[in-house]
Amino acid sequence: MSPFTLILIFIIATLAGYKVINEVPSLLHTPLMSGMNALSGVTVLGSLVATASAVAVGNVFLGFLAITLATINLVGGFIVTDRMLRMFKSK
Amino acid sequence: MGIYEVSALILTVLILLGIKKMSSPKTAVGGNLLGAFSMFCAVILVLIYNGIVDVELLWLGILIGGVLGYILAMRVAMIQMPQMVGLLNGLGGAASALVAIVVIFESYSQMGMFSRVTSQLAIAVGGMTFSGSMVAVGKLDRRLPSQPIVIYGHNVLNYLCIAGIVFLIIAGSVVQDRAAMFFALAAAVISLTFGILFAIRVGGADMPITISLLNSFSGLAGSICGLALGDPLLVAVGAIVGASGLILTGIMCRAMNRSLLEVLNGSVGAALALDDECGGTLFCEQTNQKKTVAEVLTEAQKVIIVPGYGMAVGQAQWKVKELLDVLEAKGKEVKFAIHPVAGRMPGHMNVLLAEVDVPYDQLCEMDAINPEFPETDLVIVIGACDVVNPAAISKEGTPIYGMPILRVDQARHIIICNMDKNPGYSGVPNPLYEQPNVYFLLGNAADTLDELIGYLK
Repeated sequence: MSPFTLILIFIIATLAGYKVINEVPSLLHTPLMSGMNALSGVTVLGSLVATASAVAVGNVFLGFLAITLATINLVGGFIVTDRMLRMFKSK
Repeated sequence: MGIYEVSALILTVLILLGIKKMSSPKTAVGGNLLGAFSMFCAVILVLIYNGIVDVELLWLGILIGGVLGYILAMRVAMIQMPQMVGLLNGLGGAASALVAIVVIFESYSQMGMFSRVTSQLAIAVGGMTFSGSMVAVGKLDRRLPSQPIVIYGHNVLNYLCIAGIVFLIIAGSVVQDRAAMFFALAAAVISLTFGILFAIRVGGADMPITISLLNSFSGLAGSICGLALGDPLLVAVGAIVGASGLILTGIMCRAMNRSLLEVLNGSVGAALALDDECGGTLFCEQTNQKKTVAEVLTEAQKVIIVPGYGMAVGQAQWKVKELLDVLEAKGKEVKFAIHPVAGRMPGHMNVLLAEVDVPYDQLCEMDAINPEFPETDLVIVIGACDVVNPAAISKEGTPIYGMPILRVDQARHIIICNMDKNPGYSGVPNPLYEQPNVYFLLGNAADTLDELIGYLK
């Protein structure tokens, strides 16, 4: 993809995210944050490709570390958000 | 658009839908699951599309990370949520920086200028997110002192770091193969240092702002990584996270009446020296009050409870629930007033109260509940000071002037269950404490709440 397209995607996604997230009430700001946290583990996608295509042993190891960390981020974030959200009960 | 781009678009829309469902507690669980499902699909998509499904090492990494993430998430207590979020922010940042390092080490010579610059930038942003988050976690977990730590020449060092990072990003994008690796590592080291420098001088009560900012950074790092790799899905999802963190940062800054720059500078407001002015002498009038705490408590019909960080520190949320039950059993109307920055992260109080089964429809936001204080018989403040400090409205020139507060001062009676009568984090003495209709119960919140419950039984 061309740099121009990528930057366009960046801008559109930021605006769309801004619009949707602004509607989340402060009641749910902690779960929102941990949910967003989980999403920031999206970098696992990059780490998978980078690791698979790495040749040097050191690089493979760094990539492997990146996969592990990003997956902790992803899995931990979603589960902890789920735990929190299930606690919110109405009368 | 190819198959990957179309799938990326669909997944991004699904993730946005999931976030949209987060705007109500009724649909939020489903929203989170939708997000998790979309990410799962994204991982599978990437593995298949790149033909790397059969690389065992990748699965091993996913397995180890998944198990560790699961254990971490199941074992963490609600009270530790700010630390948990901080830790996850840091790991996300570290992963993005590592990916960028691997990309530069492996394929620098085949990369275009755009990829080179963005890779170096991803290392810098990811690195500072990681070290900044670790410092924040240390402070929140009380392994590091929560006061701002300012070292000699702090500002100069910060500017040097920023200048160094900018230089390394540029230099690391134009030089030949080997030198680029060196510049990448140097950028990593300096950005790690910068993360520590900026997080170490943020004080405890400013943590909601720092955590939100680091949240934004972790998303940004991922997104920049996506720019470097040319992956639209990574770019889009990272950007959404970045926007979310930015919104929360803005809300927190407004609610604390602080600019981001002030927070990052570690300025705690000028009034810290005023601590002593708020000694015991100001408050000796309580003894002549006509009514006792027990009378006020039993006579009140409409009660509002205001929780603050003190409730979290004292682990008093269980007692708060007990108090709520006793009050309601006596036929009283009880609501909770939640200030946006009460606690150590956005929405902290809501989670703690939800954990002890306080129904969320009783948790009211500041703007919704403020008009109700004048006709409220009794307000019970539990471990909060600045967020109920009327100096924010009356005392021009104090650091909190202009900060939106809960108008507790307008209620008929106020019981304050705080540790002491000292000013809060802002250092501004609280004129509320001098009102004749205020009753103090000083000490650990769990103990003083026990006392209140005792009066009602």
